[in-house]
Amino acid sequence: MSQVLVALRKDALLQWRTRGRFVAVFVFGATALLLFSFAIGPNAGALRQHAAGFLWLALLLASTLALGDSFYGEMEHRALEGLSLLPASPVGLYYGKALANWAQLALLGITLVPFMVVLYDAPPGRGLALAGLILLGTAGLSAPGTLYAAMTVQVRGNQTLLPLLLFPLVVPVLLAAVNATALVMTGDPMAQLRSWTLLLLCFDLIYASLCGLLFGRVLES
Amino acid sequence: MATAMVEAPTTSETNTPYLIAGAGVALLLVGSYWGLARAPRETYMGDVQRIMYVHVPTAWNAMLAFTFAFGCAVASLLRGGYRWDTRLEAAMEVGVVLSSLLCIQGAIWAKPTWGVWWDWDPRLTTTAVLVLAFSGIIALRSFVDDPARRAVWSAVAAIVAYVDVPIVYFSVKWWNSLHQMQSSPETVSNAFHWPLRINAFGILFLMWGLIALRARIATLRLERQLAPPPEAAA
Amino acid sequence: MPGHCKLFSPMATAAAPLTDASAVSVAGLEVQEVSKRYGARWALVRVSFRLAAGEIAMLAGRNGSGKSTLLRVLATALRPDLGTARVAGLDVVADRDLVRRRVALLDHRSHVYDVLSALENLEVMARFLGDAALDRGRLMAVLEQVGLADRAGDPVAAFSAGMRKRLALARVLLKTPGVALLDEPYGELDPPGFRLVDDVLDGLRRRGATVLMATHLVERGREHCDRALVLAGGGMQWDGAARHLATDAGLAG
Repeated sequence: MSQVLVALRKDALLQWRTRGRFVAVFVFGATALLLFSFAIGPNAGALRQHAAGFLWLALLLASTLALGDSFYGEMEHRALEGLSLLPASPVGLYYGKALANWAQLALLGITLVPFMVVLYDAPPGRGLALAGLILLGTAGLSAPGTLYAAMTVQVRGNQTLLPLLLFPLVVPVLLAAVNATALVMTGDPMAQLRSWTLLLLCFDLIYASLCGLLFGRVLES
Repeated sequence: MATAMVEAPTTSETNTPYLIAGAGVALLLVGSYWGLARAPRETYMGDVQRIMYVHVPTAWNAMLAFTFAFGCAVASLLRGGYRWDTRLEAAMEVGVVLSSLLCIQGAIWAKPTWGVWWDWDPRLTTTAVLVLAFSGIIALRSFVDDPARRAVWSAVAAIVAYVDVPIVYFSVKWWNSLHQMQSSPETVSNAFHWPLRINAFGILFLMWGLIALRARIATLRLERQLAPPPEAAA
Repeated sequence: MPGHCKLFSPMATAAAPLTDASAVSVAGLEVQEVSKRYGARWALVRVSFRLAAGEIAMLAGRNGSGKSTLLRVLATALRPDLGTARVAGLDVVADRDLVRRRVALLDHRSHVYDVLSALENLEVMARFLGDAALDRGRLMAVLEQVGLADRAGDPVAAFSAGMRKRLALARVLLKTPGVALLDEPYGELDPPGFRLVDDVLDGLRRRGATVLMATHLVERGREHCDRALVLAGGGMQWDGAARHLATDAGLAG
């Protein structure tokens, strides 16, 4: 739909203008990876074994910052309301924002990979497959995360509410992404990668459609 | 639809919920005594297995509570007004209480059996995720002041959370099978069915009564919060 | 009337009929018993009035009397809890999107993105309005009209309150609405800004737009407006010709 493209263009422009924040979120993710490594200790074997898990945890934590931020500029002067009064279709507004957030989170994931490789001595395995998993996983974070961020940014205590709502919901994403990433990095003797990838894909499709449908109701109240 | 959002749903002052809940407690006492004290001892697991007479009915009813919450959320979005919103609030709270009990029961069962408090059973893990998810929605409600917005947002969040339940269950199940975890046994192979059924109905009635009463409280709170429609023009 | 052809650009109304003359010729604003509540407080209480198409009315009242709420309800930013409102013959609840096409709201919040420039803000808006062939010349002309042409490329974050108001006015002009709802248009502006708002009102009148303008500036309002509505405590206190305002409504205090 052309409305989605117009919205995506707007959100891409907004993200480009606030690209300094991306650096901050990246540093947060990298710091998280460092801190997680302290939790394990200098045990090379253990670090390598858990690298996939920590990568996704760091990405999950950083995503709450990025997602919350994505609506800040929309609410400052009620710009989003201004657009919806034009009228702009809420579905278009949702997908524009969700796609832009997805791109940002995917980029974040990819830039954290070298950090993980160095800190945890974890070989990235098949790079393309890893990139694909990052795309699928971050889509699963962005779809519901964009919906929740639109809600929580308007409410006091929003810093705690977004992770509170998002984390239980994305348990399947975390499980699938961590396991699939570990398989890509260390080998897949029992060919389980396909099941996990399928799970991620299903989650993404279900939530991209569901949240798109519900966004309009969230916006108008 | 504009008028529907104006008035808080009328409360009924009947005693029916108390009676239903009372019946539930009575059934629960009977069923629990039967299962915990009277039913024959299970061959392999011993007395610990008796917790299944309470655990399984709690599990059924917790899922029922959340399913009812999902229905209330959909009704709330489709019909507007506050009638279904108050029921959603009640169903979520009761669901969280039951699911938390479920997790505690699971831990009580797991410790003597496996030596650990938590065994990552797919059903229990899904329950834990549900507790956290719906607790989060209850927290969301407390942060939103405008009743109309609160109703829409918590309905949306409840739908999103409930749709996740099967996905969470399957993902944990696959994860479990990967790591070859011990799984909880099928619970009712050797057990009497009767204590189970009695307890199931017991908890059902108790839950029904509690939801009705809690919805009543929500309605009263709403009545206080929402000013009545203005009088005829002077 | 020539103004109406400008209301629709083909892209924006792909789904709606291209000309909607019958709807626009119906009374501009019809409000019946509209009430709106914020929790325990009724901000609007059974407000009723009618504005003919092309009429310009001022909305007066003390702070907190419900002026902003009424404008936002008519702009479909808020839903009325009771009563009905029709804008250009269309119901604000049932035909919400159609109403939105015809209405422009000038709100307290400027509806702009701080990180974008003035021109970029208008570009975003134009794209959403369906203006695929983005005419930068037209956008600059609008910015010129509101006096922001030389700051067109500056990020809005650096703007003063008055400049933001000018940009918000530009947004209204860009939409070329059939119904304009203005909340304190003179607020935060300097004397040249006052003249700008006067010019905007004249332009709207020439185009036959219906205007409801909330303002505290009674004198200025009386100059430009045909009607005056006074709200008090959420209810309609006085409704009559603008020239009778200060004397009959006792607003002088």
